[in-house]
Amino acid sequence: MADITFVDVTLRDGNHTYRHQLTPQIISETARALDEAGVDIIEVGHGDGLGGSCVHVGRAPASDEALLRAATSSVKEARIAMLVVPGFGVFPDLEMAADVGVTVARVATHCTEADTTEQHIRKCRDLGLFTVGYLISVGMTSAEKLAEEAAKMESYGAQYVNLAESQGHLTPKEVAARVRAVRQAVAIPVGFHPHNNLGLAIGNILAAVDEGASYIDGSLKGFGGGAGNAQTEVAIAALKRAGHQVNADVFGIMDAAATFERLVSPHPMPIIDNNSLLMGYANVYGGYIHPITHAAEEYGCDPRELVLRLGERKVVAAQEDVVIEEAKRLAKHQQKSA
Amino acid sequence: MSAHNGRIGVAIIGSGNIGTDLMYKVRKNPNFEMKLMAGIDPESEGLSRARELGYEASSDGIESVLAAEGVQIVFDATSAKAHQHHAPRLAQAGIMAIDLTPAKVGPSVVPSVNMGRGQQATNVNLISCAAQATVPIVYAVSRVTPVKYAEIVATVSSRSIGPGTRQNIEEFTHTTQKALEELGGATRGKALVVINPADPPIKMRNTVYAVIDDDADDEAIKSSILAMVEEVRRYVPGYIITVEPFRRGDHFMIGLEVSGAGDYLPSYAGNLDIINAAAIAIAEQHAAHRETA
Repeated sequence: MADITFVDVTLRDGNHTYRHQLTPQIISETARALDEAGVDIIEVGHGDGLGGSCVHVGRAPASDEALLRAATSSVKEARIAMLVVPGFGVFPDLEMAADVGVTVARVATHCTEADTTEQHIRKCRDLGLFTVGYLISVGMTSAEKLAEEAAKMESYGAQYVNLAESQGHLTPKEVAARVRAVRQAVAIPVGFHPHNNLGLAIGNILAAVDEGASYIDGSLKGFGGGAGNAQTEVAIAALKRAGHQVNADVFGIMDAAATFERLVSPHPMPIIDNNSLLMGYANVYGGYIHPITHAAEEYGCDPRELVLRLGERKVVAAQEDVVIEEAKRLAKHQQKSA
Repeated sequence: MSAHNGRIGVAIIGSGNIGTDLMYKVRKNPNFEMKLMAGIDPESEGLSRARELGYEASSDGIESVLAAEGVQIVFDATSAKAHQHHAPRLAQAGIMAIDLTPAKVGPSVVPSVNMGRGQQATNVNLISCAAQATVPIVYAVSRVTPVKYAEIVATVSSRSIGPGTRQNIEEFTHTTQKALEELGGATRGKALVVINPADPPIKMRNTVYAVIDDDADDEAIKSSILAMVEEVRRYVPGYIITVEPFRRGDHFMIGLEVSGAGDYLPSYAGNLDIINAAAIAIAEQHAAHRETA
């Protein structure tokens, strides 16, 4: 049975759900609870990672440094990770992260653009960070193409490659095919990061682990973009039930989930609502759930039409401006035909 | 100083997407005579296209440029690192360098903002396609009211950006950010670059957010932006507004699309055009300056 390294992303991906407003205090207390539960790696920061705080995606209430420091100063065993997307985060951000005690760097890009990560992967390795190549929206390309992109990241020095299925669009068979292809193409370990738009996050994790994935992402209460991530406490229990080795203990992680829920109360926990379901179905990036709902209300268009239109335009992560542009266009169109 | 036929001798170094597109623009321009296309990969499409057009082409890089006769202006479309090596050698040879990499050896120029600045310099930097597309807008706002913070998002099609740009994404982001402050006039700038692989490829799109004072004159900002868009369109006709400038809380937002002239890559690659059209505009001005000097 597999030996799993669990990566909790509540305090980074969960920021999409919390409109990037997680405070140092929430981060500190949640990180402490995750650490006590035995989670191996805790990812922290703005939803779009280092340098992600911006008008375009959403401004954070504190600097990247304050967010990261809140986590690194609150844990004993767990490693703290940051995410960086080349084109967003720059080298001084990476240096700052290493300075405040972050030890894991996940260098992310859209699943077909691995060659934009070379500079940042090398830089993170130079800084002595455990460096991960992170491919976003893996349901937007084929297993073969993913294998090529993962191999590029390995050649730049990535120490494992993480496949993020950011839309919650893939079924277990499709996940298995992608993990298999990547495993055959690289010697480094493979990780998997699901979303739950079609209710398949936990099942997809089990399928990925059966194909050899050994790093698994989840978030407490499923707090993350779209219908949310795999629910960490459920994923840990399910992995153990399937006979896999996970460090975190079930009671501890349930406590962490309760702590987090209390800290962000009364914010609702993610559910698969109609818009999220449609995003999974139409393969639209999960981080857009709030921008879509918000823009549909503000400019007066049908959010479902907006989701489908974004799917047709094949938007990738970080195109929040297109959400607004399309909402305005649809609203105009709907007014005309009314 | 001009060549015997009255045309300025030009060489391009870097035979990737940018350099090859530039070659077609030089070819169309009566002020210039294409002397050499230089690259480092003998198999590159840019070099074979140059030969097809009847131009000298070499894979010996900078050495072939320095050995060529009658080269007065060099367009450098290689990489930031390579340009740092080329710059002193071109300067020593008395050749004007128009740098299309994010190396930022010489002063940065955006034609619609600070065209005059390049006149005396022998090395002029064009920053990035994102800066060429967005700095004019930030400048248009800051000439009306203080811009506390300017943020731009440039989204380009995956096919339009070659290996050089990809391996320089750090410099690309960083120098674009600096330009928003130094040329655009924002107190603080931030640049975001997004690459979209959709097929058919998307046109280059740019979104500019400018954080301003609450009591700023919205109408004045709007008309300054619209006037600037017209200014840029004089050298990049494919520069169009997709989201009209509007106030959104503490900031103005505007969306722009750039379609190219389709000289090398199809019209989706507006990012090539906006920087190359700027390069040509600067070279023309430099040529005119030399004529009168």
